[in-house]
Amino acid sequence: MGAVSDAVIAVRDLRKRFARVEAVRGITFDVRAGTTTALLGGNGAGKTTTLSMLLGVLLPTSGAITVLGCDMLRDRHRVLPRMNFTSPYVDLPKRLTVRENLRVFADLYGVARPSMRIGELSAELDLVDLLKRPYGQLSAGQRTRVSLAKALLNRPDVLLLDEPTASLDPDIGDRMRSHLESYQRISGCTMLLASHNMSEVERMCDDVIMLRAGTVVDNGSPTQLIERYGRDTMEEVFLDIARGVDEPARGFARDVAT
Amino acid sequence: MTAEIPGEVPRVVDRQRGLVPSLRRIRALIRRHAYLLLKSWPRIVSMAYYPTVTMVLWAFVTLYLAPTNRFLADAPGFFIGAVLLWDVLFRGQLGVSLTFTEEMYSRNLGNLFVSPLRLYELIAGQLTMSLMRTLIGVGGACGFAFLLFHYSIFSMGLPLVAFFACLLAFGWAVGLAVSAMILRYGLGAEELAWAAIFLVAPVSGVYYPIAVLPSALRAVSYALPTAHVFEGMRALLLEQTFRYDLFRNAVLLDVVYIALGVALFAAAVHSARKRGTLLQMGE
Repeated sequence: MGAVSDAVIAVRDLRKRFARVEAVRGITFDVRAGTTTALLGGNGAGKTTTLSMLLGVLLPTSGAITVLGCDMLRDRHRVLPRMNFTSPYVDLPKRLTVRENLRVFADLYGVARPSMRIGELSAELDLVDLLKRPYGQLSAGQRTRVSLAKALLNRPDVLLLDEPTASLDPDIGDRMRSHLESYQRISGCTMLLASHNMSEVERMCDDVIMLRAGTVVDNGSPTQLIERYGRDTMEEVFLDIARGVDEPARGFARDVAT
Repeated sequence: MTAEIPGEVPRVVDRQRGLVPSLRRIRALIRRHAYLLLKSWPRIVSMAYYPTVTMVLWAFVTLYLAPTNRFLADAPGFFIGAVLLWDVLFRGQLGVSLTFTEEMYSRNLGNLFVSPLRLYELIAGQLTMSLMRTLIGVGGACGFAFLLFHYSIFSMGLPLVAFFACLLAFGWAVGLAVSAMILRYGLGAEELAWAAIFLVAPVSGVYYPIAVLPSALRAVSYALPTAHVFEGMRALLLEQTFRYDLFRNAVLLDVVYIALGVALFAAAVHSARKRGTLLQMGE
């Protein structure tokens, strides 16, 4: 993917090696301002590793990451107040209530008038009745909503979402997506999303970056990819790429079949 | 759930650099642990439980031995004072280690490390929580010592503040080193949080003078601030003298150990960032 002048996230030749395993092998991509980009790939493709490096909690072996014009390897604390994330790999303190958790993170992110902001988010994400309950007593779906509230506390300019609607029922999942879309429309937030839900990707994402074994194997808009692979859905495109069916062969096979 | 967000999105984040934002982030960490602590009376009681029971035990030993022992007759508060000061060290270390372990159990480290919180602010939050835990734990035991045995550790006067500060600082240094070990080796190393400080107990001269130790161990003792503090305590109780030389040695050694503790902890965080364990640490 070539350099894009309005890129909010710019990744260049990023590599990460764990002992003998090279999890990310020199990936380069940009995420344009105000768009949603999906980072897709099978298990072990390098999605979470890449997101972790973007957040600064994992140091790359080599390469460069720029977020909002800041070098994440040197100046990440300048940009972290303008970012946020959710991930199923982290949790919130279970014995604290939802309100206490949100209050702590509001202070960490320097949110002005935290009580008001927590009230707004609670109303928007249907958390009002949960505010006094310990986080550990919530269902998986409720926890996901609280995590999203935490991620939106500081009204981030860049939001990294790792499986944001995992464990949500279709109704709540749909409302969460609508909420994120609405937030992006109003705020101009740039989102990078790792997901295994292909209908979510088709609905929300402007661009898709396909990873396999730590390398970028393809990219484009969902429509472009569906067309390029001669498929009907992103689910089918995902399967083709994850199983290593490359684009020309797939197109050739389809041509022959028809 | 309301999908649409009404109105514009104003910027809600305050200025992030400088002393005030830094203090606010430290306060957030303290708030997080204070929420946990203050809503659980068993936690608060358990902090004072161990030092109180140990103090009561040594107080009865003193009552038993004092009539036939000139040393204890001269300094009846010797063992109680030693127990209480030892507990400052233990609580100080435990306060730092347990505050950090709590974040690991909660799988909250990832959230903290992607927030604007800086490493020195995390450390400052841990140290403040350690001070609070120590004051609760040792304060409770001091109260019981006065109620049950009419012994006030405050009879040591201002030197008590000096001893307290020196022991707390060394507890912090060990606590940071233990936190580094737990971060490096996972919660399997949690036992260190409870046991690490006892390694220095035999050479700290808590209940006996350093002079009784073999000469090789004496060298080890004098490399620890604790030995200077407890020697200083004995000088105060038996000779009514505050030994500035011992106090100075303890302070200098504390500076060295605190620097080592911070360096070890920072190295462990750096290593965790290289290995990618910050997002995965937990039970």
